[in-house]
Amino acid sequence: MTKGASPEQSMTYDRSGTGRGTREIARRAFRTMLEARILEEKLAALYRSGKIVGGVFLGRGQEALSVALGVHLRRGDIYAPLIRDQAGRLAFGDTILDTLRTYLGSSLGPMRGRDGNIHRGRPSEGYHAMISHLGAMVSTVCGSLIAKRFRGETGIVGATCIGEGGTSTGSFHEGMNMAAVEKLPIVVVVANNQFSYSTPNDRQFACSDMLIRAQGYGITGRRAIGNDLIDCLEVIGAAVAAARSGGGPQLVVADLLRLVGHGEHDDASYIPASMKESPLGRDCLTLAKEALLKREWISDAEISEWQATVEKEVEETATKVLREPAPDPAEEEWTAFSVVGKNLSGEDEQ
Amino acid sequence: MSITYLEAIRLAQQRALAEDPRVFIYGQDVGAFGGAFKATKNLAAEFPGRVLDSPISEDAMVGLAIGAAIEGMRPIVEMQFADFSTCGFNQIVNQAATLHYRTGISCPIVVRLPSGGTPGGGPFHSQSMEALYAHYPGIVVMTPATVEDAYTMLLEAIALDDPVVFCEHKFLYYHLKADKLPEEALPFGKARITRPGRDATVVAYSAMLHEALAAAEELSGDGYDIEVVDLRTVKPIDTDTILASVARTGRLLVVSEAWPWGGVAAEVIARVAAEGFGLLDAPPQRLNARETPVPYHPALWGTHRPTASSVVNSLRQLLEL
Repeated sequence: MTKGASPEQSMTYDRSGTGRGTREIARRAFRTMLEARILEEKLAALYRSGKIVGGVFLGRGQEALSVALGVHLRRGDIYAPLIRDQAGRLAFGDTILDTLRTYLGSSLGPMRGRDGNIHRGRPSEGYHAMISHLGAMVSTVCGSLIAKRFRGETGIVGATCIGEGGTSTGSFHEGMNMAAVEKLPIVVVVANNQFSYSTPNDRQFACSDMLIRAQGYGITGRRAIGNDLIDCLEVIGAAVAAARSGGGPQLVVADLLRLVGHGEHDDASYIPASMKESPLGRDCLTLAKEALLKREWISDAEISEWQATVEKEVEETATKVLREPAPDPAEEEWTAFSVVGKNLSGEDEQ
Repeated sequence: MSITYLEAIRLAQQRALAEDPRVFIYGQDVGAFGGAFKATKNLAAEFPGRVLDSPISEDAMVGLAIGAAIEGMRPIVEMQFADFSTCGFNQIVNQAATLHYRTGISCPIVVRLPSGGTPGGGPFHSQSMEALYAHYPGIVVMTPATVEDAYTMLLEAIALDDPVVFCEHKFLYYHLKADKLPEEALPFGKARITRPGRDATVVAYSAMLHEALAAAEELSGDGYDIEVVDLRTVKPIDTDTILASVARTGRLLVVSEAWPWGGVAAEVIARVAAEGFGLLDAPPQRLNARETPVPYHPALWGTHRPTASSVVNSLRQLLEL
C-alpha cells in the first residue's frame, strides 16, 4: 500500500466546515469515491468481456459510507473492509494496481492468484483480507486490537464494515459482544442497503431499528445518512474519534441502497422501482458532488480534471496488469503451511 | 515428584508465558478459576493480564486469536471441550488455515482441544476431532499420548508459525504420570516406535496408544511380538516410520478412538495400501469407535471405544489372516 492517510488527513470531520482539515477530508473523500466508481466501472467491463473470472462485486451507491470510514483511519490502524468497500479500501491505502491485480489474478498481486476480487488485503499493514463468511472479521479486528493493547500501543482504531444481512450471523454477534466486553476501540459500520442479496429486511430481522442493538451490546450507536457524504463523514468521524480516545466500541448504522446487483451477474430486479426513486435511491456520488460544489470546496473543472486523471490511471493500469504473468502451476508451492514441511532454505523436504 | 499429563500442559503454558511475551491464553474460565480442568491454574495470578476469560463465543475466541497472531502475538485458545470447537470451526478452517496461503502471513495460533471420551462424558463432551481439522490444508494436528509429549509438543506448537490444533486427551489428564519433564523431544512430526516387535504393527495415537500397549503386552504372553507406533502428530503424518514398521512386520492394525469414516485410521491404511502394498502379508485392518454418538453410560461407552480387549481381538484376527 502506498498512500495511507497521514494523521493530519485523518482528523475528525466537522460539519460546520470550520475545523482544521475538514475541507481537505471532504475533498479527498470525494476524489476517492470518484476513483472507486471509475475503477469499478472498469472492473464491470473486464468482467463482461470475460477477462475477470468468478465474480465482480460493486459498491455503487455505498461509496460515501465506505469512504467516510477509510478516510478517517490512519497508518497503524486496523481495517477489515467487506464486499462493497472499494472506496474505503482506496482511502485506507489500497491501490488501483492491487485491486486490478487481484481481480485479474496476477501473480504479482498481493493474493498472487490464490484468492481474488474482494478477498484481498495486506494483513501485515493492518489491512485484513476478508473471508466470505459474514461476521468473521469482527473478532479478527478485535484480536489485532488486543495485540496492540498488549504492546501498549494507544490511539489505535480498528474498523470493519458489514451489511445488514451479515448482522444476522452468530459470528457478528460474538464479535460485537467480545468487543464490548473488552472495551476495544473498534468501529463497526453497518450498511443497511435493504436487501441481503435478494432478501428484504422484513425477512432478515425483526427489531424496529437496527441501531437499538448497540444498546443491547452496551456500546455507543450512531446513525448516518448512508448516501450523504457530509453526514457520513461527520458521524463516522465522530465514531472513530470516540473510539480512538477511549470511548469503546462504536456501532454506526446507515440506511442506503445498493445501486447495482449483489454482483454483476445479478440484475437486482427484486429492488422495487419505488425504492429506487425514493431519497434512499439517490446516488451518493451525485449528492456529494452537489454538496461540495455548493460549499465551493471543489469546482467543476477540478472534477473533470480528477476524472480524466483517474480514468487514465485505471486504463493504463488495466493494460499493464492484463500483460502480467498469470500464476504458474509449475511454480506454485502447493502447500498451505508457512513452515511445516519446509527446511530452512524454504524447499520441500519430501 | 510426580507430574500428570494435565500438569505437564499447565507447566508448558507457564513456561511459554514466562519465556515469550507474545504468548497469551484466552478461553472460558481460564482466568482466576484456572480452567474447567485446571490446565491454567494459578497462571492468571502469575501472569497478570495475559490469561483472559472469554465470553462463551468459540467463533470469536478463535477470531481474536487470529487477529492477534497477525499482529505478532502467539495466542493459545482453550476450548473447554473439543466438542465445542465446532462452534469455532469456521474461524479455524476458513480463516486460520487459509491465512498463510492467501496472504503470505503466518498464523501462529494454538487451539487446545480437551478431547476424547471419559466415563459419563456422553455425546457432547467426548468427541475426537482430529480428522476433521486434519482434513483442511494448513492446520497442524497434534495428539500427544504421553506426559512428556504433552509438555514438549505443546511448547513446540506454541513456537510453530503455523496454526496448531492440539488434541489433549481428557482420559489421560489424571491417569498418566511422569517423574520429570524432558528438555529434549523427538523432531517435529516424527512418530515414535513405542514398543518394537516383529509380528504385527499397531499404529495408534493419543489415549489409544495405551490400549494398544496393553494389548501388545497381553499377546506377548502368547508369544506374539507386537510393534506399537505412536503417531504423536496426526498432521503432518509420518508415513516413513509407519511404512518402515510395516516392512518389518507385514501386518497392520490402526486403532483410533474417533469414528471410522474419513478418519486418521483410514488415512494411515490408504497410505500404506498405496505406498507399501507389497510390504503387507495380510489386508490392513482398523479398529475405531462404533458409528454412534459417544454414549453416556460407562457400560455402553466402554464398548463404544476400542479397548485393550478389543485391540487384542482385532490383533488375533489379523495374525491369523
